[in-house]
Amino acid sequence: MSIRTEEMVLNMGPQHPSTHGVLRLELTLEGEIITKVVPHIGYLHRCFEKHCEAMTYQQVVPYTDRMDYLAAMGNELGYAIAVEKLLNIQVPERVEYIRVIMAELQRIASHLVAIGTYGADIGAFTPFLYCFRDREKILHLFEITCGARLLYNYIWPGGLSHDLHPDFVRLTREFIKEFRPNLVELNNLLTFNRIFIDRTANVGILPVETAINFGITGPMLRGSGMKWDLRRDDPYSVYHKFDFDIPVGEGKMGTVGDSWDRYYVRVREMEESLKIIEQALDQLPEGDVTSAIPKRIKPPVGQVYTRIENPRGELGYFIISDGSTSPFRVKVRAPSFVNLQIMDELCRGHMVADVVAILGSVDIVLGEVDR
Amino acid sequence: MKTIEEIFQILKDNFPNSELTLKTDIPTESFIIIPPFDVDKISLFLRDNSDLQFDLLMCLSGVDDFNGQKVKDENGNEIMQGGTLSVYYHLESTTLRHKLVLKTSTSRDNPEVVSVAEIWNSANWHEREAYDMFGIKFINHPDLRRILMPYDWEFGYPLRKDYQNPEFYQGMKVPY
Repeated sequence: MSIRTEEMVLNMGPQHPSTHGVLRLELTLEGEIITKVVPHIGYLHRCFEKHCEAMTYQQVVPYTDRMDYLAAMGNELGYAIAVEKLLNIQVPERVEYIRVIMAELQRIASHLVAIGTYGADIGAFTPFLYCFRDREKILHLFEITCGARLLYNYIWPGGLSHDLHPDFVRLTREFIKEFRPNLVELNNLLTFNRIFIDRTANVGILPVETAINFGITGPMLRGSGMKWDLRRDDPYSVYHKFDFDIPVGEGKMGTVGDSWDRYYVRVREMEESLKIIEQALDQLPEGDVTSAIPKRIKPPVGQVYTRIENPRGELGYFIISDGSTSPFRVKVRAPSFVNLQIMDELCRGHMVADVVAILGSVDIVLGEVDR
Repeated sequence: MKTIEEIFQILKDNFPNSELTLKTDIPTESFIIIPPFDVDKISLFLRDNSDLQFDLLMCLSGVDDFNGQKVKDENGNEIMQGGTLSVYYHLESTTLRHKLVLKTSTSRDNPEVVSVAEIWNSANWHEREAYDMFGIKFINHPDLRRILMPYDWEFGYPLRKDYQNPEFYQGMKVPY
């Protein structure tokens, strides 16, 4: 006698705690095994690109914050670099250094959320609280700098809205000193936890050729073992002056390119970011941070594609100028948008519970996917 | 590592029947204009040629060139007739470390471009977005549906410059 079986379609989301926003995954199941995943996005679409065409270049900056809201500094930095390239202006040294410090602090804050929520998704709730405790200190540093904790409007084309607070350098050094031992603690709590390894190692293996063909960038690509980091491979700002390593996945707990590797790359990237911040603080030059800000931005006719290494991967801005004070076209190449495409490839053949583990390791921010 | 002039020459030698133009007079970025129905052939060549190896599609963007004739429709709204829509491809080689920008233009009234989703998988969603926002139909695309807008959106393509908001969407008044 044979048992009658049939495929089942299961909707995960749009309201699901582990989707980190409003994402609907349409799973096709053969028993417990996934045969197909179709992501449905667009629930947070708010016409960013259309808005840009009706605003001046300066007015776009606060809107960029709201794309990847966990890494708003990075978004502003990418936009500022793109507009500066269109205008062909140089910014003072001090501005570049402060931008790097902010972008790296932001990277740590963003990775802390990624790591904390990843643990929480899989069932480890305590590391989540530890991560958010440390992230809070970074948000405090941002708050004393520009008054905002999440959406800063701090990095402007041509400069910065404020100079650093007099206490900023001291407080940042204190934070670095406190944070290093906390990273060790995090590793003991979560990274090398047997249960965590069992849930993530050998799950969602991403070979490097597939990753490149799918345009995957950031910690996901590095987790697959490829040393590719725009801070080194296509340097922007003053990153060429700093000495740092690029961690890649090594398959320590399973296969190269599994979820654990992607997770561990993020942990090690935080250490590298600390190194960069320390060097930048040591070399921080004096100067005026607002002197190069143009009063009126009216770039010549032209187009530019610039990209930076955001915590989630390559963030690209493609801006076309028609010679007026507002952009003719802004296209954002959001890293999460591109990275999310791989879900089907990664999940096929795994169990339903692994979808959560894989999605967490992809680390998406829906604000950026939907724009 | 090859400059855009060298790449242009290689393409010209290999595709004598395609109409290729090199544009270098635009500040900050030069690009090669290719015909919309040869995009797949040229892309496959760019990816697989051992001197070029463009294995990474960084970005694919649709653009409304807004170069047609402005006319008034029966409601007095300004709409565009004729003109072109364009697609920009930003390519990079992770092994040889060079970059390339391609552009292709297609008519606004019947915009059709051959898909490259089979060549670079990352193009899949980018092309769906360009279809969603500009109405550019990508021939041979495996799954050409709307992506950011609702699947039942029937009021046109929002990023076109002459796009008009609908008055009602599913019984809700839109301009509030």
